[in-house]
Amino acid sequence: MKIHEYQAKAILRNYGVAVPRGNIASTREEAEAAARALFDAGASAVVVKAQIHAGGRGKGGGVKIARSSEEATELASRMLGMTLVTHQTGPGGKLVGRVLIEETLPIDKELYLGIVIDRNEARPVFMASASGGMEIEQVAAENPAAILREYVTPEMGLAAFQARKLAFQLGLKPQQVGQAVLFMTGLYKAFEETDSSLVEINPFVSCTDGRLMALDAKMNFDDNALFRHGELKQLRDISEEDPLEVEASKYNLNYIKLEGNVGCMVNGAGLAMATMDIIKYAGGMPANFLDVGGGANAEQVTHAFEILLSDKNVKAVLINIFGGILRVDTLARGVVEAAGKTGIKLPVVLRLEGTNVEQGREILRQSGLNFIVADTMKDAAEKVVRAAG
Amino acid sequence: MSILVDKTTRVLVQGVTGREGTFHAKACAEYGTKIVGGVTPGKGGSTHEGWPVFNSVQEAVDKTGADVSVIFVPPAFAADAIMEAADAEIELIICITEGIPVLDMVRAWEFLQTRRARLIGPNCPGIISPGKSKIGIMPAAIHREGTIGIVSRSGTLTYEAVYQLSTRGIGQSTAVGIGGDPIIGTTFVDALDLFNRDPQTEAVVMIGEIGGNAEEAAAEFVKARMKKPVVGFIAGQTAPPGRRMGHAGAIISGGQGTAAEKIKAMEAAGIRVCNSPAEIGETVAAAMGVRAGA
Repeated sequence: MKIHEYQAKAILRNYGVAVPRGNIASTREEAEAAARALFDAGASAVVVKAQIHAGGRGKGGGVKIARSSEEATELASRMLGMTLVTHQTGPGGKLVGRVLIEETLPIDKELYLGIVIDRNEARPVFMASASGGMEIEQVAAENPAAILREYVTPEMGLAAFQARKLAFQLGLKPQQVGQAVLFMTGLYKAFEETDSSLVEINPFVSCTDGRLMALDAKMNFDDNALFRHGELKQLRDISEEDPLEVEASKYNLNYIKLEGNVGCMVNGAGLAMATMDIIKYAGGMPANFLDVGGGANAEQVTHAFEILLSDKNVKAVLINIFGGILRVDTLARGVVEAAGKTGIKLPVVLRLEGTNVEQGREILRQSGLNFIVADTMKDAAEKVVRAAG
Repeated sequence: MSILVDKTTRVLVQGVTGREGTFHAKACAEYGTKIVGGVTPGKGGSTHEGWPVFNSVQEAVDKTGADVSVIFVPPAFAADAIMEAADAEIELIICITEGIPVLDMVRAWEFLQTRRARLIGPNCPGIISPGKSKIGIMPAAIHREGTIGIVSRSGTLTYEAVYQLSTRGIGQSTAVGIGGDPIIGTTFVDALDLFNRDPQTEAVVMIGEIGGNAEEAAAEFVKARMKKPVVGFIAGQTAPPGRRMGHAGAIISGGQGTAAEKIKAMEAAGIRVCNSPAEIGETVAAAMGVRAGA
């Protein structure tokens, strides 16, 4: 699960991670009050930052400096309600519903800090780099040696000596090192206690007056751990997600919308990906990823079918089920019910194998509905691509 | 032979009284797997479907001599169940549970380094040596005994591969699902190494997917050590970056973990990579010199 910058900063502040003073605003009035409060407190300028779940906001016009509260109000009211397009939003962009207004800082150096799980080491890795402000993937590709790494033992957390080592390697001044240790150990503690899958401070800035601050902050949470973080679940912003994906998540369906015109419904993540691949191999383009999961019931299958069909790009549907835990007759019943309910006119290609396949095929035969039956994955992919035109 | 499990394997089921645990334990027993008991804390002393139930894995091991444990415990408690099994000196732990928090697995993995146990999974279909033992949730009927080893990060895609082989008359020595999570016990390299040393196995099918670099590590192993033909497939060639494709581990991040990179590394190591998932069966047949449909 992703959250906004302002939400991440609020969490991190509780862990002793220094963040700039600022306030969130969703209306012109709130923006004016937020900016005025900062100027009244002595700020010489403020920055207005659009809050969307995507990077590259600065280049897209979603981060602007203002030298007066009037200017800040004006910038904020123009930003609120605009559709921001960045290299991470896709061509459709994201609607800006909130802006974060913060004091500006006297920046001396822009650095980078990040924490992820290293799959090979099976441990969290704390990364730091002196090349802040640019994407870490670019640094990794161009100059991998520029990324410093410290592996963390969870019971121990990030040890002070590890943070100190990174601070000196980053070239911080000796009098900043104590501050850096608090910042980094707090950052790790936040990562662990919130079950994050990613925490990133980019840039992590060193100011001319010696202060160290999180100029930006990004946190993603491990979806599998949200059951023990009721308070974090509240931070979900469904306006950032595709409406069909939100609908699917209500029924515990794994759905990801894509750009093609062949809808597909599959059980199991690997087979679902392979089905997308074979659709492309047969000359078509998948409209979605949809894994109905191992333990799906007829109701879930019905919902899955409805979600598939609400995508107006879909011209034909491929259902590829290898019954294991999910029995084929269960699936067939759901499909027949959904087809009846939605009055589907699109061609549907079915490829069924596995547990109770004969009963499943019988249910489909008796339904009187006009399904196209395929024998193998290849056959199914070719038939559905032809049907989609 | 086969790898890891055979007719003598004595299996304990953690979470035996749950719906999934009951259903699959029965299916495994029907296949001929020796289920010797189950563990559900608080229900010790009772019997379930004829099996004795124990409060702890240690007690179950002491009383039944189980050497393998299969875990159907809900995600919130599954990492703890893995550690409990390892601490009781179970040799092989198979964790079916999907959805374990990754930091829980970090701790369990760390603990496993201090014990002898091998872990398969989590988030996997389990392992089957056709004709000998099935410990997992795979549909038994599609398998047939033979000489092909299968190792895969996916469940249903493994069934697909098995089906393509069996319908061509090609049997399997052992099929092992290593799981779709970012942190797993047994890796591709571990499984390939076991198949390499197993006299029954003549060739191996390895089914990977986007995310991480386990397939690249496997390719290095194949190049350096593998004596048997390997056929491969990578799912997710059309997956968009940055999205978690069902499996927690199936995500392309920062341009890393793409299907294209993995396929390139595997081909360079001499692995026959299928472009289409429909070609797994025929590619194995060709590698084995068996006529398709024979």
